[in-house]
Amino acid sequence: MTEFTPVQSLLGGGLIGLAAVLLMALHGRIAGMTGILAGALAPGGGWRLAFLAGAVAAPLLLVRLGGVEIGFDSPVPLGWTALSGLLVGIGVSYGGGCTSGHGVCGLARLSARSLVATLSFMLATGATVYAVRHLAGGF
Amino acid sequence: MVLLSALLVGLVFGAGIAVSGMANPAKVLNFFDIAGAWDPSLAFVMGGALLVAYPGYRLVLRRPAPVLALRFHLPERRDIDAGLVGGSALFGLGWGLSGFCPGGAIPAIGLIRPEPVLFTATMAAGITMVKIGQRWAAARSAADRQGA
Repeated sequence: MTEFTPVQSLLGGGLIGLAAVLLMALHGRIAGMTGILAGALAPGGGWRLAFLAGAVAAPLLLVRLGGVEIGFDSPVPLGWTALSGLLVGIGVSYGGGCTSGHGVCGLARLSARSLVATLSFMLATGATVYAVRHLAGGF
Repeated sequence: MVLLSALLVGLVFGAGIAVSGMANPAKVLNFFDIAGAWDPSLAFVMGGALLVAYPGYRLVLRRPAPVLALRFHLPERRDIDAGLVGGSALFGLGWGLSGFCPGGAIPAIGLIRPEPVLFTATMAAGITMVKIGQRWAAARSAADRQGA
């Protein structure tokens, strides 16, 4: 079980939205983690590496300096996590984005492509969780 | 200036992911487990993000150009093809197996746990495999055209 956290989740979501608006206002770029990661080593990708460094540093600073408690629990065996990463990497490459790019930035731009992508991955994720937990009896 | 700005925006993004619960795979899996240990929190994450991003984009995209770049880089594709639907479904299959998505896993590296690092490594391998495959296919079709 995890605790229902509507206030923190709304606040955190607001910060994610703010980051998306700031990245567009300052850099003219979509805050999609797939595109930022895939282009990080391309020429002119310095801003992407800086964004990634900030994204990794934030939880570290919140925990170490801010004393904030950030819940983390990965209930799945490491081998599944590794396989999951491979599937996600291939999937987001063909799908052209993930939760941040399609689900936040794309929907905020009222993009039909992003709406279709978001419905597709949300349904697939829900079906997978149902199959693993309720049909296969796992995690 | 560009790098400092991107670093600070990354900090805001990472803080949002951490505070919202998106960096916690158990919470993500429970959001999708409507038939079981349902935790609806993540609906509030997407709601909060869109409440800010929708009006924010409206305001920003009215301007002629971003502050630190020459132009806005917006996706130009409009077509809905099999790659979009199938790729996204494959992403969902992977997301449902572990509870990690790209935007959740990368900030979670800052929590100093092995799982987000492992996930990010195999995800990067998947992205690289597709890139290499697409480059190889493009080079082959170019060679075919020359040969013909």
